[in-house]
Amino acid sequence: MFHLSIVERIKKKGTDALELYSIIIFLIVSILFFSLISSDFFSLRVFQSMAFQLPELGLLTLAMLIPIISGGLNLSITFSANICGLSTAFLIKSYLPDFGVLTVFLAFTVGIVVGIFVGALIGLIIAYVGAHPILVTLGAMIFLRGLGETITHGGDISGMPEVFNTIGNSLMLGIPIPLYIFLAASVVTFYIMQYTKIGFSIYMVGSNPDAASYSGINTKHILVFVYSLSGALAGLAGVLMLSRFNSVRIGHGYSYLLITILACFLAGANPFGGFGRIIPLVIGLISLQVIASGMNLMGASQYLVTAMWGGFLIIVMMLRSPFLKKN
Amino acid sequence: MNEKNIAISAKSITKHFGDFTALYNVDFELRTGEIHCLAGENGCGKSTLIKIINGVYQPDPGAKFSFEGKLEKKQILPSDAKRLGIHVIWQDLALFPDLTVAENIIFDHYVAKPFKLINNKKACSDAQIVINQLGIFLDPRSRVGDLSIAKRQLVAICRVIHAKARIVFMDEPTASLTKKETENLLAIVRTLSSQGISVVFVSHRLGEVLDICERVTILRDGKSVGTFPTQGMTQKKLTSLMTGLDIELTKRNNSNFGPTVLELKNLSRIGEFEGISFSLRKGEILGLTGLLGSGRTEIAHAIFGMTKATSGEIKIDGEAVNFKSNVDAIAKGIAYVSEDRLRLGLDQMQSINMNSAVTVIGKLSKPAFFLHPAAIRALCTDWIKLLKIKVSNPALPVSSLSGGNQQRVVLAKWLATKPKIIILDSPTVGVDVGAKVGIFDIVRKLSDEGMAIILISDEASEIYHNTDSFLVLKSGRISFSMKTSEVNEEKIEGIINA
Repeated sequence: MFHLSIVERIKKKGTDALELYSIIIFLIVSILFFSLISSDFFSLRVFQSMAFQLPELGLLTLAMLIPIISGGLNLSITFSANICGLSTAFLIKSYLPDFGVLTVFLAFTVGIVVGIFVGALIGLIIAYVGAHPILVTLGAMIFLRGLGETITHGGDISGMPEVFNTIGNSLMLGIPIPLYIFLAASVVTFYIMQYTKIGFSIYMVGSNPDAASYSGINTKHILVFVYSLSGALAGLAGVLMLSRFNSVRIGHGYSYLLITILACFLAGANPFGGFGRIIPLVIGLISLQVIASGMNLMGASQYLVTAMWGGFLIIVMMLRSPFLKKN
Repeated sequence: MNEKNIAISAKSITKHFGDFTALYNVDFELRTGEIHCLAGENGCGKSTLIKIINGVYQPDPGAKFSFEGKLEKKQILPSDAKRLGIHVIWQDLALFPDLTVAENIIFDHYVAKPFKLINNKKACSDAQIVINQLGIFLDPRSRVGDLSIAKRQLVAICRVIHAKARIVFMDEPTASLTKKETENLLAIVRTLSSQGISVVFVSHRLGEVLDICERVTILRDGKSVGTFPTQGMTQKKLTSLMTGLDIELTKRNNSNFGPTVLELKNLSRIGEFEGISFSLRKGEILGLTGLLGSGRTEIAHAIFGMTKATSGEIKIDGEAVNFKSNVDAIAKGIAYVSEDRLRLGLDQMQSINMNSAVTVIGKLSKPAFFLHPAAIRALCTDWIKLLKIKVSNPALPVSSLSGGNQQRVVLAKWLATKPKIIILDSPTVGVDVGAKVGIFDIVRKLSDEGMAIILISDEASEIYHNTDSFLVLKSGRISFSMKTSEVNEEKIEGIINA
């Protein structure tokens, strides 16, 4: 009874606030934990290395979150990203002279446009054929992988102009440039989701497409937009990976796919759609990165980090269960 | 009346959930073979009482139960309920749609002997025995998911009979049945009663309650108002006991109508309705009635642009329209309150704020790419005040509201579009008696302000009290069309069910 009343009191605060508080606590706990265990943790070097690793996973997770909020999923994000990277690399290496910084702007534009194109095709199929997003994006994922492997013969394209390396691996005011890109993308996505008609509609379509449609929301247009936006974010991630590694291969970042889904659920996205916020997601991603870097610092292997992430998701779900509504 | 055996007597039942008192000192008594009604508005404690007698909840200390005059107990455990044959048929029936009728009926066998092999032939013959006992027709081999709601109801009844039920609670059993199906069901309930099984009926349809039950126990705000014989009880008296208010259903006064705003000419859609023509004037309330499946909702969908008529014409303000989707219809000033509030009318999981603003997010975006959450909250607060919606916190999911208040949110979201024509499709389904009156007060006020309204309802009383004229549909065609002032309630009832 006592336990119940506390749950009730927190419930009254509303689920949004709850998700935000819990994820902030999660971040603080993980930072405290690693700074107590390792004296090296609080150093500029560690934070900079974290800030270099975060953006790729971050952009891909944003690309995953929007479809999840709309009641779907996008399994093709990593291969979409690399198809965008490949298109960009191919275009620049084959057709364009080095324009310096301008080349980079061009590269990002091409990457995003290709991403929107791929995403819009997926969105059109989901909206107008009515097939389930898991099936459509699974098909797209395998199609894009095969396509990429065919083009590259299973290898990679490398040797981009030097300016790419600058974008991918240098600091501005002590902060890695990729982090600026990620934060900018997060702000834009946050704005779209919280402060526009289309973001509002994505939430409504996600939790009850029929009710949304009866209320005069064009659910088909919304779905096309959702997957186009997801594609654009994946494209941005693809070009960023291209500049970080100075090479692109269709399989880059494939291991991130399920981690992005994990991060979305960690941030309180509802697997059935309609709920999920950008700010808890960004904080959640930072927490995951803190765990990864902290454990690396302690000499743990990357494999153990993955295990920890999975474990954390399970723990968070268990802690959250009393607050979840039954329906 | 003969002194019958008491099947169950429950005394001084109190139940708290945290600070909330769900039941306070309630007595309940049920005779053997009696048909008893448990009445009260939503949230009055009916479900809690049923769950206590069924062993789902345990009452606060002090309660006393006895069965057939013996076996005193302080609480009923689920195992007691099973042994005593106390069963509840909830509104959702809790059947397994992918299993056959027979498997659903003898379901208890599966639970009692989980490792025993199933003999399909025996299952069917066992089920058939129960089906025969009730004198109904059901094929034990058909899949429950393929049956109509009325038939599923029968399967649920067979299941509790097979489980040797002595006391059966039925929660809103007639809510989604047609008149004919309801009569069949009531006949079966009488059969049960004649076989010595006590039935407790929970229903919002008071006419039915008075028709079938011998006694009625009324709860209000967790307290018992008393148990009354239904002989000599009227719907009006029952309503005032349930709500604590004297609700006087008044007849709408014809006001002056403006010009014609909506006109249908020979509108048809293959397989749904045919040759529908009518016109609707500013300030008029037009009733559209008929049995479920007579084409009422389908016509509304066509006017609202959800479907396309195959032939005929829809004119708004004298101008023929051709809607691509309901987006166009909304832009032309048409609003549609769906009959299915839970699934289509509202997004139950989203907040009251979001639900009330969903139809006007485009207008609230100023400039076009900026939708401020404060604008949504302001709109919602305004409508909460205007329509007197009882809301503790508009950020909570709309599912936290009662049926009547949810329906007000639906009205709010459509009134926010400033419609010229509003189609109300069964607006009082699952809404308490008291709240119904409140909703019709709003509807009448709207028509006084010049709104043109189509009211779809299968309740003769609603049509009689609230419309200026009405159409009766039968198999997709208009079978009657008349002025409400020229008929009385009984006549309407007769026409609908003819």
